Amino acid sequence: MSTQFLQFLLSGVTVGAIYALAALGFTIIYNASNVINFAQGEFIMLGGMLAVYFAGLGLPIPLAFLLAVLVPALVGFLMAKLTIVPIKTAETVALIIATIGASQVIRGAVQVWLGKASHGLPAFSGDTPLHLFGAVLMPQSLWVIGVSALIVAALWLFFNRSRAGKAVLATSFNRLAAELVGINTDWVLFISFAMSAGIGALGGILITPITLTSFDIGIMLGLKGFVAAVLGGLGSGLGAVVGGLIVGIIEAFGAGYLSSSYKDAIPFVLILFILFFIPRGLFGAKTADRV
Amino acid sequence: MRQNYIGVYVVALAAGVLFFLLPNSFYMDLAIRTGINAIIVLGLNLLIGFAGQISMGHAGFIGIGAFASAILPTHFGWHPLAAMIAGCAAAGALAALLARPIFRLRGHYLAMATLGLGIIINIVLRNEVRFTGGPDGMPVPSFGLFGVDIDSDRSWYWIVSALLVVSVWASLNIINSPFGRALRALHGSEMAAQVVGVNVVRYKVAIFVMSAVFASIMGSITAHYVGFVSPGIADFGHSIELITMVVVGGMASVAGSVVGAVLLTALPQVLATFEGWETIAFGAILILCMIFMPRGLVPTLAARFGAFRK
Repeated sequence: MSTQFLQFLLSGVTVGAIYALAALGFTIIYNASNVINFAQGEFIMLGGMLAVYFAGLGLPIPLAFLLAVLVPALVGFLMAKLTIVPIKTAETVALIIATIGASQVIRGAVQVWLGKASHGLPAFSGDTPLHLFGAVLMPQSLWVIGVSALIVAALWLFFNRSRAGKAVLATSFNRLAAELVGINTDWVLFISFAMSAGIGALGGILITPITLTSFDIGIMLGLKGFVAAVLGGLGSGLGAVVGGLIVGIIEAFGAGYLSSSYKDAIPFVLILFILFFIPRGLFGAKTADRV
Repeated sequence: MRQNYIGVYVVALAAGVLFFLLPNSFYMDLAIRTGINAIIVLGLNLLIGFAGQISMGHAGFIGIGAFASAILPTHFGWHPLAAMIAGCAAAGALAALLARPIFRLRGHYLAMATLGLGIIINIVLRNEVRFTGGPDGMPVPSFGLFGVDIDSDRSWYWIVSALLVVSVWASLNIINSPFGRALRALHGSEMAAQVVGVNVVRYKVAIFVMSAVFASIMGSITAHYVGFVSPGIADFGHSIELITMVVVGGMASVAGSVVGAVLLTALPQVLATFEGWETIAFGAILILCMIFMPRGLVPTLAARFGAFRK
């Protein structure tokens, strides 16, 4: 295995971990409500920007990061309460449009409040690179991959071992039946949005020392997370993680071997092929239409 | 049926009267850009409002038309009219190619595919610096026909007005045709439409291609009118603006398309001094529309006052 190959693989897995977190955000909300949340990318942006802002106020770093996760989670909760619940029509187009509206509001508000400049954060454990079979690995990449893995494990526990997680799963299987056994499905919606937002924000904080952040990075990150979710099969948690890693790795190899200026186009070319040839994604459920 | 065409006369009359009321070139420019947006939105509304299919990459097709009109005459010496037609053909062919497999899918997947296409087009325009000038864009030669160059704002005003009137007429015609009825049927229930013999995929492809061609033509017109074009014309934000116009004016409403274009082309002028607020305003309008009048301004008002239904 050549050093270059390994190098591309490492950077692909790092950025892929962030796409996987974004894709998990899409998946959680989709399962709870059938909504594709086009504001998911803005939560990633919010995490990074708020971490920079709170750290800039002189708060201790752990507190700044905690706030930068909690505030977006609150924004996610408010978004569900103010934009998703009040919409009575069940039309896909209407819900997609409402989440696009919410993303515009969040992005515009951050632009007005924090400005258009790019910001970075210092790496969590220094900038001394590690060497792995000749390839260079930044400690921050380990943070990204490690924390993402922890989140995936925590989510698995939540959905399989806790009552609240099971309530969310029950709602995604059959909303009416869930209501009948006493699950508050509005509450499930709020929890899902808050969780997705918090997870996205955490991803945004982790990646900021590597890629920088600014008010407009959410669009691309969110869309790539969506690509990852569709690639994995909408609604599948495993699919979201695998999809995220695949998108990240293919993007890194495409940028390295083909053309770095077309890096951003690669996930979208990929998704067109996926939709043409395996429209339900890798791990998507087979569904039948109800007439 | 005849009364349905009142809209055509209203638009024609409004365009004629407005010409003499515009106080200066700033408002003339605004009026022309409103007209261009209105035509694109009419096409997009046929797709979103009547067929119930969402395109999140429509600005990509505008970009194809605009850059065909910029690149082919500049680099290859084509006649602007030939370039415009080539742009239409390219946009239409791309739409058809994409639509066939995609329209077998539904909802989210179509949004994904059109969004992906739009982003790819935008990235290509930004990167092929040799032909497109890259992110900075490139100048567009003026449009001439039969040896006469169209270069004054006044001429463009009349051209866009005429195109708008024709588009309103064509849209009403399409809606009231068997084709339009088929579209509405498949919006209501695809399965039911299929059962009564509507070839669902073929109709969806047809309307998607048609709206892509509308967008491409107006991209060409914009490029020639402004005399300059940059990849921003094809970006995601522009696609969202167009969807906002459809939604605010009223899905499945011809009058709504025009009203939506008028309101939302004027709005940024009001907010232009507050950077960022424009984005917030557009977002808030989208959300409020979906909550309080999901059918849009014109159909909601029409239902309330019972007048000029449809």
